[in-house]
Amino acid sequence: MALPSYATPVQRTYYYFYLFFCTVVFFFLIAPLFAIIPISFSVSPFMVFTEGMLAWPPDPEAWSIRWYKNMIGDCSADVVSSTVPCSTKWMVGTVNSFYIGIIATVIATALGTLAALGLSRPHMPYKGLIMAILISPMIVPLIITAAGMFFFYARINLVYTFTGVILAHVALATPFVVITVTATLVGFDMNMVKAAQSLGAKPMRTFFKVIMPLILPGIISGALFAFITSFDEVVIVMFMASIDQLTIPKQMWAGIRQEISPVILCMATCLVLLSIFLLTTVELLRRRSEKLRGIKAR
Amino acid sequence: MEVTISTAELLTTDGIPLKQSLRKAERRNKLRAFLLVFPLLLFIIVTFVMPIGDMLLRSVDDSQINSVFPNTFDEYKNWDKGADELPPEEVYKSLFFELANGDKRQIGKALTRMNYAKSGWKSLIKKTTREIKKIIKKGEEPVSYKDTFIKINKLWGDPTYWYSFNQMVNDRSSIYYWNALDRTFDEDGEVVLQDEKRRMYVKTWLRTFKVSIYVTIFCLILGFPVAHLLANLPLRYSNLLMIFVLLPFWTSLLVRTTAWIVMLQQNGVINGILVWLGVISDDGRIQMVYNEAGTLIAMTQILLPFMILPLYSVMRVIPKSHMRAAQNLGAKPAMAFWRVYLPQTIPGISAGGLLVFVLAIGYFITPELVGGKDGKLIGSWIAYHLKTTLNWGLCAALGGILLGIMLIFYWLYNKIVGIDNIKLG
Repeated sequence: MALPSYATPVQRTYYYFYLFFCTVVFFFLIAPLFAIIPISFSVSPFMVFTEGMLAWPPDPEAWSIRWYKNMIGDCSADVVSSTVPCSTKWMVGTVNSFYIGIIATVIATALGTLAALGLSRPHMPYKGLIMAILISPMIVPLIITAAGMFFFYARINLVYTFTGVILAHVALATPFVVITVTATLVGFDMNMVKAAQSLGAKPMRTFFKVIMPLILPGIISGALFAFITSFDEVVIVMFMASIDQLTIPKQMWAGIRQEISPVILCMATCLVLLSIFLLTTVELLRRRSEKLRGIKAR
Repeated sequence: MEVTISTAELLTTDGIPLKQSLRKAERRNKLRAFLLVFPLLLFIIVTFVMPIGDMLLRSVDDSQINSVFPNTFDEYKNWDKGADELPPEEVYKSLFFELANGDKRQIGKALTRMNYAKSGWKSLIKKTTREIKKIIKKGEEPVSYKDTFIKINKLWGDPTYWYSFNQMVNDRSSIYYWNALDRTFDEDGEVVLQDEKRRMYVKTWLRTFKVSIYVTIFCLILGFPVAHLLANLPLRYSNLLMIFVLLPFWTSLLVRTTAWIVMLQQNGVINGILVWLGVISDDGRIQMVYNEAGTLIAMTQILLPFMILPLYSVMRVIPKSHMRAAQNLGAKPAMAFWRVYLPQTIPGISAGGLLVFVLAIGYFITPELVGGKDGKLIGSWIAYHLKTTLNWGLCAALGGILLGIMLIFYWLYNKIVGIDNIKLG
C-alpha cells in the first residue's frame, strides 16, 4: 500500500507519520524482550547495561556467562557473587516444570481432542452451553480460579501436591486444545469418514488412519498451546504447590520479588528462545494444515 | 436400505416405522457425540466448575461460628435490645459453658471471624476463657454469670461488643460482600460505611476499572494503526510483521514483566537512554516502575496482541475499494476514513476492546510485580486474603464480585462477537 504519486504533501506527511507510529508500536512490542538478552551476559550482578558493555571497542571484561553457570547450578568460585545466591533451585524448577507440563499436556490433549470431535458432530446436543462450560477455565481470571481451587482441593487433601497442580493445569489447558482442534475440524470432509467405514474400517481404525493424520497439525498446535499454558502458569502453582515444589515461573516470581538477580534474565532469555521455537512450529503446522485441507492461504 | 411402502406409514425392512427408526438413529448419534465430550465435561465440572461454585458458597457461608456457639446465639436472638442495655443472663450462661467446653481449634477459628466483626474480640475471649477455666477448676458455680463476666473484664458490660453479634447470627450472611465494598453492619443490622481507616476496597475497585479503561484505550490507539497496516500489506510482508505481534503473545508473562522492570527501573534502559540524550539529568531519573504508570505501560504491551488480532481479522476483509469509492465521490481522506472505513471496523473494536478490558480487570501477576503500592489491582487483595490473612470469606466475596463483572462483559462479548469465535494465533 504505497502512497499514490498524486498524494498531496499533507497526505505524504500523514503517511510517513503513520509508518513511523507503526514502527514505534512494533518496537514497543518486541524491544523489551530483546533488551534482556544482552544484559543476561553481563558480568555485573545488577540488571543494567554497564558502561563496559556499551563501550566501543567492546570490553570483553564486561561480558560473561557466569549467570548462566549459576542457573545450571554450577557454584564454582568464579561464578559466586556475594549478592546473588547460587543453588540448584533453577534446575529443580526446570525439571518440575517439564514434568508437570508434559503430563498436563498429554491428558489435556487426549480429553480435548475427544471433546472437539464430539463438538464438531452435527448431532451434538446443547452445543452452546457445553462449549461455554468447556472454555470457561480460559475466561475466568486466574486468581479466581486459584482461590476456588485452593478452597476446594484443600477439602480433598490435594493442595501442596503435584497431582493437584497437574489437575488444575489440565483444566486450564484443555480450552486451548478444544479451540484449536475444533478449528481444524471446520471444513473437515465427513465423506472421508463415510468412505472409510463403507470400505469396512472399524471406528478406531477410521480415527487413526483417516481422521487423525488430517487433524494432526491442529492437535499438535493445541498440545503446544496446552504445554505453554501449563509451563508459564504461576498463580496456581504459587497457591497449590508446597514451598519446595518449585517451577520455573515460581522461581522467577520469587526472583523478582525478593532477590533481584541477573539469573532471572538468563532464564528469561531461554524462555524467549523457547517461545520463538514454539511460535515457528505452530506457524509451520498451521500452513501445513491449510495445505492438507486444501484451504488457500488467506 | 430397502423400504417397503405401506398405505399407512413408511416402514423399514424390519417392520419398524421409518420415523421411529430414524429417531432412534438420531438419538444414537446424539449419544455418541455426547459420549465423546463427556469425559472432558465431567473433568471440567469436577476440577473447575465445582471449585468455583464452592468458592461462591463460601462467600455467603457463616455457619462455622454458629456451630461453635449454638446456644449463645439462640439465647442472643431473645434479647430485647430496646428494653435491656445488656443481654439477659442466659446469654452469659451459655457462653460460659460453650467457652469452657468447646473445642479449642474451633473456637480459635470462630474468634478470627469475630474479630472481622469487631476488633478486640479475640483477646477478650482468650483472656476470659482462661479465667473461666480457673473458676471451673475451683469448682465454684457463679451466682450471676453476667457479673462474673463483667468482673473478669469490664468490656463484657460494653454493649457495642454484643451488638457486633448481630451480623453473625445467621448461617448465611452477605457481610463479606458488604465488606468487599467497604460497608459493614451497625448494631441494628443496617448497612453502613466502614471506619475511615478500614476503607480500601472501593478505592482498589475504582483503580482496577480506571487502569482497565486506560489500558483498553491505549491498546486501541496503539493497535488500530498497526492492525490497519498488517491488514493492508501484501501477505508475505504482513505474515513477517505478524511475528512482532505473536512473539510477545507466546512469551511467558513473567518474562515480559521482568523485561519491563529492566526497561523502566531507575537505572534501566529507558532512563539510561533519556540521560544519554540529555533529556533528563542523571539525578533526575524518572520513577516509572513500582507505581501505577508501570502497571499501565506493562499491561498495555502485554494485552496489545489481544487488541490487534481481532482488529486485524476484521480489517482484512474490508474491501480496499470502499475507501477509493468514497474519495471518488468527493470525500476527503479523513472524511472517507471517518464515514466509510471506521464504521466497518466497529465489530473488531468492540471485540478487541471487550477482550482487553475483561482480561485487564482480572489481572494479577503484572500489577502485583510492577505496581508497587499504588498500582495494585483487586486481584492482589484476593491473593492477600487467600494467603496472608486467611479471611477466606472476604477473599471469596471479592472473587465473586469480580466473577460477576466478568460474566456481564462476557455476556456482552458473546452477544456482539460470539464466544465460539475466539481464535488463537
